[in-house]
Amino acid sequence: MLTIAMPKGRIFDEASELLRQAGYKLPPEFDDSRKLILDIEEENIRFILAKPMDVPTYVEHGVADVGIAGKDVMLEEERNVYEVLDLKISGCYLAVAGLSDGPIKGVAPKIATKYPNVASNYFREQGEQVEIIKLNGSIELAPLIGLADRIVDIVSTGRTLTENGLMETAFIEPITSRFIVNPVSYRTKDAIIDDMVERLSAVVEGGSGDENR
Amino acid sequence: MTRPFVFEKPLGMRDTLPLLYDLKTSIREKIQHVTETWGYRFMNTPTLEYYETVGEASAILDQQLFKLLDQRGNTLVLRPDMTAPIARVAASSLKKEPFPLRLAYDSNVYRAQEDEGGKPAEFEQIGVELIGDRTTSADAEVIALMAAVLKEAGLENFQIAIGHVGFIQELFLSIVGNEDRAAVLRRYLYEKNYVGYRQHVREMPLSSIDQKRLMDLLTLRGDGSKLSDAIELLPTEAGERVLDELRTLIQTLEAYGVADQVKFDFTLVSHMSYYTGVVFEGYANELGVPLSNGGRYDELLSRFDRPAQATGFGIRLDHLAEALGLTGDEKLPDAIIFSPERREEAIQQASERRAQGEKVVMQELSGITNLDEYSERFDDVVYMIGKNGKGTL
Repeated sequence: MLTIAMPKGRIFDEASELLRQAGYKLPPEFDDSRKLILDIEEENIRFILAKPMDVPTYVEHGVADVGIAGKDVMLEEERNVYEVLDLKISGCYLAVAGLSDGPIKGVAPKIATKYPNVASNYFREQGEQVEIIKLNGSIELAPLIGLADRIVDIVSTGRTLTENGLMETAFIEPITSRFIVNPVSYRTKDAIIDDMVERLSAVVEGGSGDENR
Repeated sequence: MTRPFVFEKPLGMRDTLPLLYDLKTSIREKIQHVTETWGYRFMNTPTLEYYETVGEASAILDQQLFKLLDQRGNTLVLRPDMTAPIARVAASSLKKEPFPLRLAYDSNVYRAQEDEGGKPAEFEQIGVELIGDRTTSADAEVIALMAAVLKEAGLENFQIAIGHVGFIQELFLSIVGNEDRAAVLRRYLYEKNYVGYRQHVREMPLSSIDQKRLMDLLTLRGDGSKLSDAIELLPTEAGERVLDELRTLIQTLEAYGVADQVKFDFTLVSHMSYYTGVVFEGYANELGVPLSNGGRYDELLSRFDRPAQATGFGIRLDHLAEALGLTGDEKLPDAIIFSPERREEAIQQASERRAQGEKVVMQELSGITNLDEYSERFDDVVYMIGKNGKGTL
């Protein structure tokens, strides 16, 4: 049995669509089930539905053999897992944003983010000394009410930023979802995992407009 | 600073309670026995070592070391592994002993504290070092011994992945030409970032044939048949040499009867620079982290001025215990519960039975607060109560 950790929310639909295109028979109720563990017996696969930020944790500890995780989460968590395949879904990018484009004023520049590691690595590389404030959501609020001078967050269309009067001040790096594998499973379940990687990779390389299969 | 609660331990530290202690002891005894029958001699080294000698020579990254200062201001480390200390001993106290040396250890080692559970900062490692032997027979011997001890410890399902960092290095050098560029590629493999590796290869100014060779490295894993695929990637003299070595290795492992547990995986890079040839890892099914690892380290001994080629393995006892699981069927001791009048009689009976190897607890009745609860913790209870010897309660 292969256990797959799937991220709930934004990435889930695209990820399960990708698995279907790769020929995995997922039941229709899969998409709106509230169960956290789903067994697909005919495929000998178990799905666990996790919060996106937690997917690499499950995979690193080996309770899931493989998982689908955003590169943003991989950069933030730095888990000991194999990043085997770029699934090229849920594309977006990490960026810095603020109320204006100018230099950060103030005694000690503060950055609000869901990604404290990513943010501090980025500003360290830029040679800028900043202080990080970790938030769990609605990051755009921080500069508006004076909690922080800048935010670091993922941007997909940029609409949330513009609607809140924020502008992007720097691009950090592009983000897509990755297929990740536990280091032990990668060796002990190599045949089934290699097969999955091959099938997924055929879909990914074939582009999104793959013929119905 | 707030005062810790009385039951708190420093981050990453674990207690070993009696049940786990017993399990570990039984595993330890089995492994030590097998290892000794292969002619390896167990030894110990100090818990504290100089940072400049053992700390820097160790395969464990600097940020993972526990460092402290001694009274004279020297930087010390809590030993992060046993290979470097044993290399130090082989090059000093055992300097006069001829190579090859077969040494073994069973010691606690220390790594950086981590916030998350399941990653202890102190754990026991059992392993061997075969120092001063460059032959493939030596590589095969340590792998076969590792398989033998895992089997003896009671582990039924395990696998060993074997890689060769020499192969990877030769392949990279033959394509990208210099060590700096090879190191970039090696780092992607070490960090397990295949997406980054492929992207980097695509962006390099290489012929499509060379790009394909680098890409195909990622698929070089499986049984012995992969060796012929490997030679296609590296059809040079150096490549042929490595593959000859691996062919001999697998034949030798067949002779040892452990070839079924073994697979090749040329993507296995356990360390950026420490290992020089064959590397391997052991895995138990249903355990998310490697159980054991090892490989050939031909550069380490020269740091201690006694250059020698060497190989060895280390098994994490905590992971092995987890893979085997606590069975919980603890053999309870017997008890003799006595009153002071019959103390001598109780001692005599206990002594006789202990001499037979039985576990016997002696407990004076007045020391027990709840007799029912207490006596449940024993297999059998003998009462020696009252003067007349009839033992009533």
